[in-house]
Amino acid sequence: MISTENTTTNEFPGHIEEVPGGGIVLSKLDELVNWARSNSLWPLTFATSCCGIEYMQVAGPKYDFSRFGFEVARATPRQADVIIIAGTIVNKMAPVLKRLYDQMADPKYVIAMGACAISGGPFFYNTYSVVKGADHVIPVDVYSPGCPPRPEALIHALITLQDKIKMGMTREQMKSGL
Amino acid sequence: MVEEIGKTAEGDLIINVGPQHPATHGVLHLIITLNGETIKKVEPHLGYIHRSIEKMCESLTYRQFIYTTSRMDYLSAHINNHACALTVEKGLGIEIPARAQVIRVLMDELTRIASHELWWGAMAMDLGAFTPFFHAFRERETINDIMEETCGARLTMNYMVPGGVMMDLHPNFQNRVKNFLTLYKRKIHEYDELVTGNIIFQNRMKGVGVLSKEAAISFGVTGPAARGSGVSCDVRKLYPYEIYNTLEFDEILETEGDSFARYMVRLREMNESIKIIEQLIDNIPEGDFQAKTKAVLKLPKGEFYQRVETARGELGVYIVSEGGTTPYRIKFRSPGFSNLSCLDHITRGGKIGDLIASMGTLDLVIPDIDR
Repeated sequence: MISTENTTTNEFPGHIEEVPGGGIVLSKLDELVNWARSNSLWPLTFATSCCGIEYMQVAGPKYDFSRFGFEVARATPRQADVIIIAGTIVNKMAPVLKRLYDQMADPKYVIAMGACAISGGPFFYNTYSVVKGADHVIPVDVYSPGCPPRPEALIHALITLQDKIKMGMTREQMKSGL
Repeated sequence: MVEEIGKTAEGDLIINVGPQHPATHGVLHLIITLNGETIKKVEPHLGYIHRSIEKMCESLTYRQFIYTTSRMDYLSAHINNHACALTVEKGLGIEIPARAQVIRVLMDELTRIASHELWWGAMAMDLGAFTPFFHAFRERETINDIMEETCGARLTMNYMVPGGVMMDLHPNFQNRVKNFLTLYKRKIHEYDELVTGNIIFQNRMKGVGVLSKEAAISFGVTGPAARGSGVSCDVRKLYPYEIYNTLEFDEILETEGDSFARYMVRLREMNESIKIIEQLIDNIPEGDFQAKTKAVLKLPKGEFYQRVETARGELGVYIVSEGGTTPYRIKFRSPGFSNLSCLDHITRGGKIGDLIASMGTLDLVIPDIDR
């Protein structure tokens, strides 16, 4: 669980020790790295269906996720930090998603956007081809519900991911002992 | 996954575009055979977003199955729902109140403008121009706000139900639409100034991806893609549904058949949609927004078909009923699937850079193709 006391602070993690003739910045290296990392996350342009349109709206002028450092959408997984799984994952797409995730460089994060990516959503029943949640294929850090989620909901998910990174709470960070 | 990277016996290079590629607008997978930069063959691979919607519909009732179709061609969600509602109404023999008909047409045309705007921004982005994307989304957001207020959703509305529409218009609806019309008229010249008149853009579009009239008919291409080749195929004109036969609007036709013609058809079509909205917005009749229907709908035994004009072309809904509460079989004739089939024909012999322009002007929505 993310504690509330530390969330949504974008302050520099450290303080300046005044010495004659200037100051010395004192900080923990891990916190400094996390702070820098969380403010420049490059998403992969990965949209399979309807949620992709809302994802585009978030990139558009009204919602504008570049305010939070997400605007550098990359088309290749080699340069991306975060996959926003926007849309349904079907059985044929699942190996592709896995391969894209494997191709990304560490540290890498995943946001499941929309009901389909969380659980199969509207395509949970009566279907033979839909994967019931993208977390059957790759680990997910943040879930953003909705069909499709409102742009505000996606921005909330992005900020939640930033908070998790700053606190060292993502799966990747826990695994590597950060 | 298909592992077809390599060379053919003749020494041609085989490359894969997609399923994760920004220019395919989703998860289309193209296997392209190249001789140098010249395309010898384009082979689309489908199924990366096949969600078995047709099979799902067989276990959903006639009220329930409509929501799945909003996720099919999500840029024309209203029009998809409209087609399904019309087919069910045809089977039941329901007369729809005049108010509901007008609301439906208004919503359809707003959806069409929103869809063409997104296409315009995304296509310019494919060709390397990033600014048009922001201009297009500025107007699109105002339409989304209108939809949100009345339908409760921005993208997948599920607003049209058998018998009419789900709820009445929001009191702000007329004002909002009029504001949108003023905004749109003030801004539409920017579209031409930014992109249409651009010489680089014209060079990349003119004479590229030529689809002849005969080929368009034989591939079953419909919608703006076919009208760019001079095929008169607007369902709203030829097989009018709802109140389209009482409205004044033109069917846009271009004869060149190249990417630029398809581009111009869509741009001019937006103005026609504006014309339709202007005719209706002050004349929304009073009355019910929904006809009285039974709680449980049962279609009589038989086969029912209805076609409508979505933003991409002709959408057909074919229902086979055994007389129960759920359809025995549903088939969607989606415009994207037929339009995609001509991709190999129009790009063969061209350069690989032109593939993006040709594909962009076909305006493919992949979940509509795969369903």
